[in-house]
Amino acid sequence: MTIEQFSPGLILIVGAAFVPLLSGYLRSAYMLLLPVLCGWQMLQLTPGEYGTVEVFDYTLIMLRVDKLSLIFGYIFTIASFLSVLYALHMKDTVQQVAGMAYAGAAICAAFTGDLISLFVFWELTAITSVFLIWAVRTERAFRTGMRYLVIQVGSGVLLLSGALLIVGETGSITFGHIGIDSLGGKLILLSFGIKAAFPLLHNWLQDAYPEATVTGTVFLSSFTTKLAIYALARGFPGTEMLIWVGATMTAFPIFFAVIENDLRRVLAYSLNNQLGFMVVGIGIGTELALNGAASHAFAHILYKSLLFMSMGAVLFRTGTVNGSELGGLYKSMPWSTGFCIIGAASISGFPLFSGFVTKSMILTAAADEGHWITWTVLLFASAGVFHHSGIKIPYFAFFAHDSGKRVKEAPINMLVAMGLTSFLCIFIGVNPAPLYAILPYPVDYVPYTTAHVITMLQLLAFAALAFAVLNRYGFYPPELRSTNLDTDWIYRRLIPRTVSAFLRSLVEARNELRRWRAALLMYILDRVFHYHGPRGVLARTWAISGAALWVMVLLGGYLLVYYL
Amino acid sequence: MADHKEDGKKYWLDKPGSVDKVWRALLLLCFLLTAADLFYEKHPHFEIEKWFGFYSAFGFVFSVGLVLGAKELRRILMRKEDYYDD
Repeated sequence: MTIEQFSPGLILIVGAAFVPLLSGYLRSAYMLLLPVLCGWQMLQLTPGEYGTVEVFDYTLIMLRVDKLSLIFGYIFTIASFLSVLYALHMKDTVQQVAGMAYAGAAICAAFTGDLISLFVFWELTAITSVFLIWAVRTERAFRTGMRYLVIQVGSGVLLLSGALLIVGETGSITFGHIGIDSLGGKLILLSFGIKAAFPLLHNWLQDAYPEATVTGTVFLSSFTTKLAIYALARGFPGTEMLIWVGATMTAFPIFFAVIENDLRRVLAYSLNNQLGFMVVGIGIGTELALNGAASHAFAHILYKSLLFMSMGAVLFRTGTVNGSELGGLYKSMPWSTGFCIIGAASISGFPLFSGFVTKSMILTAAADEGHWITWTVLLFASAGVFHHSGIKIPYFAFFAHDSGKRVKEAPINMLVAMGLTSFLCIFIGVNPAPLYAILPYPVDYVPYTTAHVITMLQLLAFAALAFAVLNRYGFYPPELRSTNLDTDWIYRRLIPRTVSAFLRSLVEARNELRRWRAALLMYILDRVFHYHGPRGVLARTWAISGAALWVMVLLGGYLLVYYL
Repeated sequence: MADHKEDGKKYWLDKPGSVDKVWRALLLLCFLLTAADLFYEKHPHFEIEKWFGFYSAFGFVFSVGLVLGAKELRRILMRKEDYYDD
């Protein structure tokens, strides 16, 4: 095996093991070097299948290189570099190792060519990433991490079950088009759906991501869900059901985003909404739609990281990301404000920013295929995402009423990371050709037409106007310190309450039975005492005359029977 | 971590009337963008896209609907901040 036959992700996984041996600047330099090496090796790869291992009758493919795996490999590598840079000030070895190995596992998973290897790296992303939540080191974070881990590992178990069923049917473990016709395919779709945060399977995301560390959330936002998008694009392109699933995903989380107070949780809801666009693209399954899904994943990882970075900087400096407690930070964190606005413009799809040139491919593909309901929902979601991510996030954190907080600007490494990410967001928006060149299919799409620019600006300007009108005339719901119920209520409240109520009723039933038994015993004893006790009718001493009378009755009865 | 350096800097947004200027600029922008509908050739997929100001109206109406809808949702969904902690 030569170096070209190793999965590039292994550089990060193996490299992570040596992080604790280094310290100070050497460790920082080493951690920045690893993603660079990983990227360098990825650039050497040529399409094909490498690193195949025969196990019994099956072929494990460690490294499958094609355009779909490459584009996810590229963006995962870029994201790992930016995340490491953003976290460079942090001295927590646990997070450094976990973050690096997590990124490596995601890259390995994107390059595996068989379901069993996919399962292994699928679970590895779960196990490594949970440490980014536990690293907060509170009881609350521990419990959140456990919920996250159970769901993530559960997704892996479903994947393995589905894979085994498919192996049984087809005799092959190759990870290609799967489809939902077989039971195995359905299980695997469910497994992918959990990680891609399908509606009703989504809530681990909003539950866990905002509870991770300042830097941990930036790592988390990039890999797990987009790995699921990759897997869906590989296994289920053109599955019509995904159009509806994806459209639902774009629409319902934005309602939650509007009323959520924790701004990192707002971003988690909008992450969910953005995944919906990609799922719609995969469901439509045309070349344009799949290109749209892949390119949107690429752009999305960058702007979503950027937004989480800016909110992380706010959390790092002020100790909170609650909209109700923030405001006016543009005065003390002007750079972070600027970078946040660039991220906001990108996610909203302003012309000259990355979202504009990627999301529109999916909308166009939906319209091309005549899915007018889906198209309308996506248009609504586009206005909605501008509303909560584009306006709400920067407005409540950096503007709104001045909270009086005066803090230092973010550390220099955070600023450089945000600056680089901002540059990429604008670069893709201004010059989409390099991104279009690495998409899975040839691109025949022109984003910058007069009609597209003007209609998008109209949509966004009037969404902004709606915000301004509601805000100015006091209709906008204020940011309130609160918890909003979502499906996690089912397993955090309903099930525990139901189970404990059931257990309580069992205990009560047992106590009740004991009371009955005691009462019955008392009754029997009471009766026995009544008849046989010292004053009982059967224990009485009887008078001779009475006894003689009874004997006469007895003998008379005997005589009667005798004569009969 | 509130800092003591009230640097005495004056910010444009703090001046009285600045917010009104932003508001008027936004209104003007919305007007100009909608008016622009008259001056370019549309390539619609759907009939409705041909309507004058379709995207403007869509953006405004659905955004207002989103916010008011979400506001109503609070009645059902909102709990105390420490709801899950007890």
